[in-house]
Amino acid sequence: MKPVAFDYIRADDEGEVLEALAQCGSDAAVLAGGMSLGPMLNMRLVRPAVVVDIGRLAGLRSVDSEGDRVRIGATARQADIMADAGVAEAVPLLARALPHVGHYQTRSRGTFGGSVAHADPSAEIPLALVTLGGEVELTSAHGRRHVEAKDFFKGLLSTARRPDELITGTVWPKRQPATGYAFAEFAQRHGDFAIAAAACALHLKDDRVQSLRLGLGGVEDRPVLIDMSQFDEAEAPGDLALAIAEYAAGSLDPLEDMTASADYRRALTVSLARQVIDAAFEEART
Amino acid sequence: MAQDAGATAGHGTEPWVGRAMPRKEDLALLTGNARFIDDLEPVAGLKHAAILRSPHAHAQITGIDISRATALPGVVGVVTGADVARVTRPIPSVVKVAIDYYPLAVEKVRFAGEPVAVVVADDRYIAEDALDLIDVDYEPLGPAVDVERAMRADAPVLHEAVGSNIANQRSISYGDPDGAFATAAHVVELPYRFPKYSSTPMETYGVIAQHEAMPERYAVWSNFQGPFVLHPLMAGALGVPGNRLRLISPPASGGSFGIKQGVYPYIVLMCAVSRVLGCPVKWIEDRLEHLSASSSATDRVGMVSAAIGANGELEALRFENICNMGAYIRAPEPASVYRMQATSNGCYRVRNIAVDNTLVVTNQMPTGLNRGFGGPQFFFALERIMDLAAKKLGIDPIELRKRNFIAKDQFPYDAPGGSLMDAGDYQSAVAKLEELSGYPALVARRDAAKAEGRLFGIGIACGVEPSGSNMGYVSLAQTAEERGRSEPKSGANTSAVISMDPTGAVTAHICTTPNGQGHATVAAQIVADRLGLDPDRIDVVTEIDTRVSSWSIASGNYANRFAAAVTSALAACGDKVAGKLRAIAAEMFDCAPDDVVLSGGQAHVPGTNKTVPVRRLAAAAHWNPEGMPEHTEPGIYETAVISPEVLTGPDGDDRVPSSVTYGSVFDLAAVEIDPATGRVAIEKYVSVHDVGTVLNPLIVEGQVRGGFVHGLGGALLEEISYDANGNLLSGTFADYLCPTAPEVPDLVIGHANTVSPHTVLGSKGLGDGSSMLAPAALANAVADALDLDEVDLPLTSHRVWQLVQGRKPVPSSIRPMPERAGDDAGDVPLEGLLRGSGTVVIDAPPAEVWAALLDPQGLTDLLPGCREVKAAGANRYEADVELGVAGIKGRYLADVSFLDLREPNSLSISGNVRGGLGHGRGSGRVRLEEADAGRTKLTYDYGADVGGKVAAVGQRMLGRVTEVMIAEFFDGLNAKLSGADPRSSGGGFMRALRRALRLLGVGGRT
Repeated sequence: MKPVAFDYIRADDEGEVLEALAQCGSDAAVLAGGMSLGPMLNMRLVRPAVVVDIGRLAGLRSVDSEGDRVRIGATARQADIMADAGVAEAVPLLARALPHVGHYQTRSRGTFGGSVAHADPSAEIPLALVTLGGEVELTSAHGRRHVEAKDFFKGLLSTARRPDELITGTVWPKRQPATGYAFAEFAQRHGDFAIAAAACALHLKDDRVQSLRLGLGGVEDRPVLIDMSQFDEAEAPGDLALAIAEYAAGSLDPLEDMTASADYRRALTVSLARQVIDAAFEEART
Repeated sequence: MAQDAGATAGHGTEPWVGRAMPRKEDLALLTGNARFIDDLEPVAGLKHAAILRSPHAHAQITGIDISRATALPGVVGVVTGADVARVTRPIPSVVKVAIDYYPLAVEKVRFAGEPVAVVVADDRYIAEDALDLIDVDYEPLGPAVDVERAMRADAPVLHEAVGSNIANQRSISYGDPDGAFATAAHVVELPYRFPKYSSTPMETYGVIAQHEAMPERYAVWSNFQGPFVLHPLMAGALGVPGNRLRLISPPASGGSFGIKQGVYPYIVLMCAVSRVLGCPVKWIEDRLEHLSASSSATDRVGMVSAAIGANGELEALRFENICNMGAYIRAPEPASVYRMQATSNGCYRVRNIAVDNTLVVTNQMPTGLNRGFGGPQFFFALERIMDLAAKKLGIDPIELRKRNFIAKDQFPYDAPGGSLMDAGDYQSAVAKLEELSGYPALVARRDAAKAEGRLFGIGIACGVEPSGSNMGYVSLAQTAEERGRSEPKSGANTSAVISMDPTGAVTAHICTTPNGQGHATVAAQIVADRLGLDPDRIDVVTEIDTRVSSWSIASGNYANRFAAAVTSALAACGDKVAGKLRAIAAEMFDCAPDDVVLSGGQAHVPGTNKTVPVRRLAAAAHWNPEGMPEHTEPGIYETAVISPEVLTGPDGDDRVPSSVTYGSVFDLAAVEIDPATGRVAIEKYVSVHDVGTVLNPLIVEGQVRGGFVHGLGGALLEEISYDANGNLLSGTFADYLCPTAPEVPDLVIGHANTVSPHTVLGSKGLGDGSSMLAPAALANAVADALDLDEVDLPLTSHRVWQLVQGRKPVPSSIRPMPERAGDDAGDVPLEGLLRGSGTVVIDAPPAEVWAALLDPQGLTDLLPGCREVKAAGANRYEADVELGVAGIKGRYLADVSFLDLREPNSLSISGNVRGGLGHGRGSGRVRLEEADAGRTKLTYDYGADVGGKVAAVGQRMLGRVTEVMIAEFFDGLNAKLSGADPRSSGGGFMRALRRALRLLGVGGRT
């Protein structure tokens, strides 16, 4: 439970980080809140040559409203965003997902960028981002790019981030009118990695489904956005919620492990998907 | 002994005993001022140890090369099993069987996590660096993991000299169980399975050991909690007399719940290491080590049967227990198997009891103390059969128990197994349980819910709490004949020392090495009453230094012995000091000592103006020996050593009074199960306790709550899991799930206390409490909700969901990977638990595919991260592979053989890979068929196993990982032969490793 020897850089500005990443690439590990990297280092599952600490970069912590989007800086703490009434108003799905993220203690240190970079298949922030159609902002010495969340998460703990890139922020679409948002998950204990999670954004027009976004987490090796186009223009849920949920669960290839069989994950998905569709519908209608 | 209320009672002063005094210990703990084992640096020049552990469950060690490790700058040396075998002797147990238990594997490893070598270095970082540089050659052996399979004649044998894995078998009966079963109106039977779980204190094991050569002796600082009956075993293993092994406990403990008993092999180990390397050594266990190799409770499978008369009289009980001892029988085991033997009637009047215990060794970690020590296992069987019998007979489960309880006026009750049960009023206790749970309304609520199709159930469990152990009960593992050959063993010597210095300051010493129970607080209350002083003026030393403490074999912290035995020694010692103070005062006042009353810090004679501060009496004892009364020793330093007189040795009929006091616990659980998720919601949990005299209500409540939470963990969440190959699956807190605050429901606590005649203060032991009953009560409630007989623990949502679905749940303990088609081990000659198969069509004819598969250079290209492939024989290759992604890198050695070659149609592949994060082995078969237009249809199936750290920190994803790795290999083959860059198809190995890292499941999110 002691990490291997590594060089430690506590960066004072973004340029220093990007330079280190350009030089060291995959030999470098970026340290933000350290809630996952810390244990991985201690267990020697990761053995980086360099750890670049971005905790002191003031510029990465800001929350900015940009038109119909909200940009949340990479080192913004999960607990701070959870307490931010402006974010809760603008991105209600995120506000509903955040209480499920880890524990009180880990949220106080854990960051937005860290959660997105770590890409745990059960993580709530990536699931909310994928569901809303948000983006990940990546910066390298060569410049800045934005990657759509659904293309960013590549699999278990793997993302589209290149070794020389730093995740500098996430970009969240703001609340739309006549739209309901809901989040639900199931874990063995409060704060555990979700065995299954579901997030929903449902836009109604004249009591018909205008668009339905359903994201599922913890079930496959990354957050999955289910293609729901066949339900566009459908009548308001009611029994439809179950049909949609079963359709969604049926389109999955769930992970199987000692915590949960594929069947169990599928059954939980049906239950959770139904729950979020119903809740989102209720909200959209009012 | 007679109950009394303390020396000052009756003189108008409220006794300190019985008050809810805040704990003396808490200020230091809460302000960060307490000093734990890891805070200590008691000797100069300490070096730091790290332990290399076996990645295999069962293997022969064919070679250990330490040269690269010892060459690392900062490394003092490396100690192996051969060194330990040279300087120590095996640690014996009470079971006379040819099992040599050393604290470091000698020639063979028998469980994943078993210590194999110890590196000592300038700091722990270097020591861990050096672990990677030790090269151990293992020859894996077939594992015997599941306890029932391990008993079979064809099972691999752990200890060859024993000849089988059955280490011991004893059948003991009281009364005439066979007769009672033959004639009973009803016989109810239940197979049961009680899982392996443990204790997870915040503080892990720690040892600091120093060897001195002239004379040969050892000094050890360790958070060992006792029982100190293990001290002679440690000294014996080290080959020194007891006075040359000095054990010192640190001032504060970060918890134990039993498990700190299991640190003692590491004490022997670090002593040996200090001796071999010639320096003082410190070792602090890390969490992975703790969860994989410290200790656990002894899990059981078995059958319990009850013979019941026409009116619900419990006429006989039969327990057939198969006990999983792990890889060795490690003293004091098999004590847990026999702890409840003397009380195998539970709370009931039943006189005919048969107990059959089979002790089996398996390739799992050895077992030891865990809260309840044998109680949770025993009461799971007994109280599940009671609820089941009630259901089968159509009698209310509480009513069935009421008909069979030992009556209040039958105490002290001579139990069939020999326990002299001190006191109890079970009818009142269970009436309290009914009252606090609103039982009739709860039953109506259950019935209404069930009528609506909801899954609501009620479970009951009742039990006794034997406390203050007779050191002789463990010898029940021997036959009366075997016992007769050695000196009789019984009793529980318990001491207390109280001294007063010349300023009148009081120090009480008790050898209890507490782990958070608040012994110092209660001891001060007891002594304060005896001496008429304020408890704040009394310092209590609870730690042991075997060189100066008045310890004995029963010393330590286990079997709830504080309230059951130590309090009596404290009271006796306090009375000695009080007697002396009164005698000195009487000399001053010229009165009889009995006229002197000690209260409020004064000695005075009621009705007179004669009064003197107690501190002046103490000063006189030090400064004025000449003025002491006749026949009174100067100074104040008194010792009391007691052994409760009820504790006699086992008799020829295997009856033994196992304990001093027998408190009792009565639990009721009501649950509702969510059929969609399998979640068990605890609607109500009520627990009624008989703890005898309440010494401090705050501490009683804390113990009751803590015991409940431990039992809740075992019932719903906690399990040490192995796969069928003996790879540990629960190496982190992401897989070994303990209850956290949100999982703990409201606990309604009641009391039905009866005063114990076996202790001076009337108190009874109480630390185990519902840890013994919550597993049974919750299993009964879930069984009631689902209308099932058998339910296995832990009742995780997944397992309960499977029960709701009417499916066969994942078996407890030995967890095979999910079944796949064609997974029948009988007809597929493949090894491994991770099975898979696939098909790929390759754009080349079979001959080309064949050549590519067998070409070393081709393999170098195909295996991602492969640096070099060397031929190591006919169709055998060794590959040096670096697997890495982002910051994650590791070098692995792969050894691959191609067998059964039928060019160009089929071949088999067998191989293994090993490296820092673990090891794997597997085999596969490949078939090539000509497809259309010069293409080849390649089909494969494989089996693989993964072990070591990667498995321990979470094997959950390995099935998927293996699948992906192998698919990527053949996709790469296709890409290569189609002219594409093989690595462009995915770097499957890397992706797989990334997946493997999800396994860590370590804590939260970044």
